Amino acid sequence: MGRPQNTIWIDGQPQAADPRRHLLEVALELGLDLPYFCWHPALGCVGACRQCAVTQYRDENDTQGRIVMACMTPCADGSRFSIHAPAAQEMRQGVVEMLMTNHPHDCPVCEEGGNCHLQDVTVMTGQAERRYRHAKRTHRNQDLGPLVAHEMNRCIACYRCVRFYRDYAGGTDLDAFGAHDNVYFGRAQDGTLESPFSGNLVEVCPTGVFTDRPYGEDYTRKWDLQSAPSVCAHCSIGCNTLPGERYGRIKRIENRYHGEINGYFLCDRGRYGHGYAQRADRPREPRWCGETVTRSAAASRLDAVCGSGRVLGIGSPRASLEANFALRQRVGDACFHRGESADEQAATDAALALLRHPAVRIAGVRDAGRSDAAVVLGEDVTQTGARLSLALRQMVRQDSFEQADAMQVPRWQDASVRLIAQETRSPLFVATPAPSDLDALARASLRAAPPALAALAGEIAQRLSSPEGDTLATGIAADIAAALLAAKRPLLVTGCGCRDAGLLRAATRLATAFHAATGRPLDVAVVFPEANSAGAALLGGHALVDALDAMRAGHVQTLVVLENDLFRRVPAAELEPALARVRNLVVLDHVDSPTAQAADLLLPAANVFESDGTLVNFEGRAQRHFAVFRPLEGAPRPAWRWLQHGGSFDGLHQRLAQQLPALAQPDPATPGSDFRIAGTRIPRQPHRYSGRTAMHAARDIHEPRPPQDHASPLAFSMEGAPPTAARPSGLAPVVWAPSWNSGQALHRFQQEIGGDLRGGNPGIRLIVPLDVTDAGNDAEVAGATGRTPRADALVPLHDLFAAEELSALAAVITQRRSGRDTLRVHPDTAARLRLTGAEMARLRIGATTLRLPLHIDAGFARNAIGVPLTLLAGAPLSSDFQLTGDGA
Amino acid sequence: MSDALNQRPLTARLLATDGVVTLDRYREAGGYEGLRAALAMSPEAIIASVREAGLRGRGGGGFPTAVKWSLVPDTPVQKYVIANGDEMEPGTFKDRLLLERDPHQLIEGMAIAARAIGASVGYVFLRAEYFEAARQVSAAIADAQAAGWLGDDLQGSGFSFHLHLHTSAGRYICGEETALISSLEGGRAIPRAKPPFPAVAGLFGKPTVVNNIETLCNVPHILRLGADWYRGLSRTDEGGTKLYGVSGKVRRPGCWELPMGTTAREIIETHAGGMRDGLKLRGFLPGGASTDFLTDAQLDLPMDYTHIAKSGSRLGTGTMILLDDRTSLLGMLRNLETFFARESCGWCTPCRDGLPWTAKLLGELEAGRGRPEDLELLARQTRLLAPGRTFCAHAPGAMEPLQSALKHFREDFERALAPAAIGEAA
Repeated sequence: MGRPQNTIWIDGQPQAADPRRHLLEVALELGLDLPYFCWHPALGCVGACRQCAVTQYRDENDTQGRIVMACMTPCADGSRFSIHAPAAQEMRQGVVEMLMTNHPHDCPVCEEGGNCHLQDVTVMTGQAERRYRHAKRTHRNQDLGPLVAHEMNRCIACYRCVRFYRDYAGGTDLDAFGAHDNVYFGRAQDGTLESPFSGNLVEVCPTGVFTDRPYGEDYTRKWDLQSAPSVCAHCSIGCNTLPGERYGRIKRIENRYHGEINGYFLCDRGRYGHGYAQRADRPREPRWCGETVTRSAAASRLDAVCGSGRVLGIGSPRASLEANFALRQRVGDACFHRGESADEQAATDAALALLRHPAVRIAGVRDAGRSDAAVVLGEDVTQTGARLSLALRQMVRQDSFEQADAMQVPRWQDASVRLIAQETRSPLFVATPAPSDLDALARASLRAAPPALAALAGEIAQRLSSPEGDTLATGIAADIAAALLAAKRPLLVTGCGCRDAGLLRAATRLATAFHAATGRPLDVAVVFPEANSAGAALLGGHALVDALDAMRAGHVQTLVVLENDLFRRVPAAELEPALARVRNLVVLDHVDSPTAQAADLLLPAANVFESDGTLVNFEGRAQRHFAVFRPLEGAPRPAWRWLQHGGSFDGLHQRLAQQLPALAQPDPATPGSDFRIAGTRIPRQPHRYSGRTAMHAARDIHEPRPPQDHASPLAFSMEGAPPTAARPSGLAPVVWAPSWNSGQALHRFQQEIGGDLRGGNPGIRLIVPLDVTDAGNDAEVAGATGRTPRADALVPLHDLFAAEELSALAAVITQRRSGRDTLRVHPDTAARLRLTGAEMARLRIGATTLRLPLHIDAGFARNAIGVPLTLLAGAPLSSDFQLTGDGA
Repeated sequence: MSDALNQRPLTARLLATDGVVTLDRYREAGGYEGLRAALAMSPEAIIASVREAGLRGRGGGGFPTAVKWSLVPDTPVQKYVIANGDEMEPGTFKDRLLLERDPHQLIEGMAIAARAIGASVGYVFLRAEYFEAARQVSAAIADAQAAGWLGDDLQGSGFSFHLHLHTSAGRYICGEETALISSLEGGRAIPRAKPPFPAVAGLFGKPTVVNNIETLCNVPHILRLGADWYRGLSRTDEGGTKLYGVSGKVRRPGCWELPMGTTAREIIETHAGGMRDGLKLRGFLPGGASTDFLTDAQLDLPMDYTHIAKSGSRLGTGTMILLDDRTSLLGMLRNLETFFARESCGWCTPCRDGLPWTAKLLGELEAGRGRPEDLELLARQTRLLAPGRTFCAHAPGAMEPLQSALKHFREDFERALAPAAIGEAA
């Protein structure tokens, strides 16, 4: 990147620095230890904590200098600074001593201990004594709900929590109260934090005020956690995570920085959804006809049932590429089926076609955050891809950065930029069936059912083609078209949430029209239904309905279902008779789903924390996740291992890459299993891991041999390449640097703070644009929507804390659910269907009938009936349905 | 009265009446003629005459008013004028007099300032406890509006100026202009980083001028009687008169409008009647609680911005607090620092956590429980809470009486050490 470079002097050394940046970032990037609290790379600078004090000199003759805050000081050409000057050191040490006057020094009992930025800074400044001998102020703590614990007495008032929660994430129920040395960061009253990003407070807080509550209730010190790079399996965004394990349990998940995806933040579903992994009802032993059997007996049984007659396999959009591929190899291409409902598969395929279209440039989360005009078409991204919606919150700030540039206010002067911006926002348009938090940021919102939204996309496309012409497009369509044309980095956000391929084809038409009008591809982000939906679509396979037909026809001897609950894909009334005609139902899974309960042979699979694999996210990025630990209890093993006759993960992956050539691209951030540093693997355990010889003593005094992991560049050990060694960015189980024990060490691993990781961001993009001729055909069929137009459309409703299968099994996620399941209609729709006043309603979809409370909501789209996704249970949205009042 | 008006333009009218100066009385004494003149002038000409008059901010900073106004960009956007009436400096009660007794003078000054920068909306930001001032200013705004001195199209000039009264929720930090703006917007009263200065991005992000009440009250007279007359009022190079005040154990504490540059000795001895019987002056804070102590050696200095700054203190608000030989210096300092600690907004560490510690150390010393290292700690606080170290000027102001006391009256601190500590030290 061609950044303008000034020369500045730090402690006598000339350094190149970009004049638009502040000294703190520049110093940290140079590897200098300059402590800070209130600055956060994603939140900018506000100059509150006064911790990053340095001495600035007028010129080379100035020996006195004056104290300035590095975070508030741009790197003007020729500036001279000293970090080591005695006055600067005294200031930094003094600031720590002052902010510790009210800190309880309770590190031994604090969840943050060992992972605490305040500890690091205290040591870094050399502040080793307590001279404050007076009373400390105390606060009452609050119950902030199941996710975040609160200990206000530890607060050092850096204001990061409210700046993240309110300014960055748009929350309103956390605030700063009081004044002077009695500032209180909390809610007006006890209660669950409302923001779906509340868990980030745990990492944003530099000390132990906000801590991970489930982690605190089953606690292990950071240095005793075994970790491996992982990928969130709870939606298609593919945020990178660092799960920590001890005693065979996932204790907590921290954000693992990825420059183009999650950056510094996760949503609460991703951070807290791991509870499914240690549920008591989780299948841990193989079962054959209800009886527990040994692992080898189960493997033989699998061979036996697959050895004769017709064997069908059903894959899964939540299982890894490798697991799906292993199943496909086991049953053969002709018998491998994708495990998605018909609507899901159609939408996923249309989404893939959209991303492959040459008029489209695939946008990631970072791209979305930097866009300067965006349209959300149909997707309730706040519920289906929450991290992406957080980027859209930043997207609306783009105009204010330009205003700040014009006033020569640096973009990192966060408070000033917000002051200048006031209510100015870059144009965001939200056209969806259901209202969401994004509406408050939108220049305009439109509530409509998917067919009307497809029509809107068509109108926008028409307007893009002839912006001046007197087209049908009026109002919002014209505004959207104008905003897209005027923007430098316009963005379209859509997705599979409506399970409507027609909508995605209309989005393709919109992108085509934009490309035709401007000669530029349109940035598009498409949310897929599940964590590996894109991967499953790339891998291909027959449709699930074909498998059902074969089953119903009695042609299926054995059905192998991979990590999939078919009752979420196919209505029970259809599925049960089909399953009844299958001789052997084999289910590989790690959760006790209705499908698993129906299995004749149940093979306990390893989950994402226990296995290696590849997931393909919404950008078509293949991301490797590594086993964090080997399960101690029972016999769960990766599904691909059950399905293969021996053979390594590497071999499997190579065969897979022959099928998906894009997967064969090297990923320098994630080298293969033969990767070594000075002949050693990278240890999954920190170099301070303790109690290794004693932790299993309760069951066996012999120290067990560490599990061997031949298929990985990582070792289940604390021995190996030290954390200071240059590790590939996708292979860092711990973020640590000398003096930096907390996650704040991250800046030592970035090329540029807040930018890409050193060595590149992990993952390889698998989706390559098709050439124009193929795409042309695609565009021709784009006009048709797959469905017959009807008065009302069924619209799946997504709840961040309920809609995803695995996270919904975590107790804390269930507690976090705000509402109950309801059927949702607009008052006009209710009046037309004579439902006004009804409290309960009955929705018959094909052979399925749901009886639910009726929510008549003037904020909801007309001509639409909202149904919770999980209750739709695979019912085709095109089937016959009828909504009637029920009781009174 | 016209003589008095010429010598004491800010207070002559209110001194000539028992109650408030009504609109009629104000008009009789030439009121709103300055605004009438300004309405016929270009903004540049208004600013030029204020510049020539040498008017400097009376709120404590002493920043040239014309410079402040000229920093406002000449762009056709919404702009604001704010009168800072959050007079909470301990020992300061000068603006109150003007607000309660002669509010039209302020309104006229604000309208002229608005005309000079092109603002169409103004706010009077008033200290929470100034109930009487709030009553008088409200009434005066209504009267001025009815008479066409406020509102749309002032006196047919085509210029519009709408004025609103905002009463504070009561924080000292609201006297800091950016914190005042934050508070006026409905946010926490926390100062803002500069740049951008309020002149460029102030209230609601728009160009804004914030002036002290007394400053604004000077403006109508400059416009009406001219810069030369104004400069002639002063005894030094700094134009105009000044409202000086004295509190402490003098015979007649009070507030007087006197020529700029009147000496402290004249103010104390002539106007405040000298020290009470048996008391001796030890030192004085010349411009409110957040200024450095001066001693009797500096009594004959002209009280203006330049001379007092040269002597190592600040003119501040020009309202002095006296320390006599029977009053505990440590008690006075503990009282002041407790106030400053309580009034910290809580934004930056040195102020939020450093001031309470300072106050507690002084409390220990006052109670005879001081330790020798406490003196070093206090000295360190004065270094770490110095200008540039903290986010705004609040904590550095709080350090001014302390650092000067450590310099001039160190024996008071040493005497206060606990007997055991003194033993240790010896």
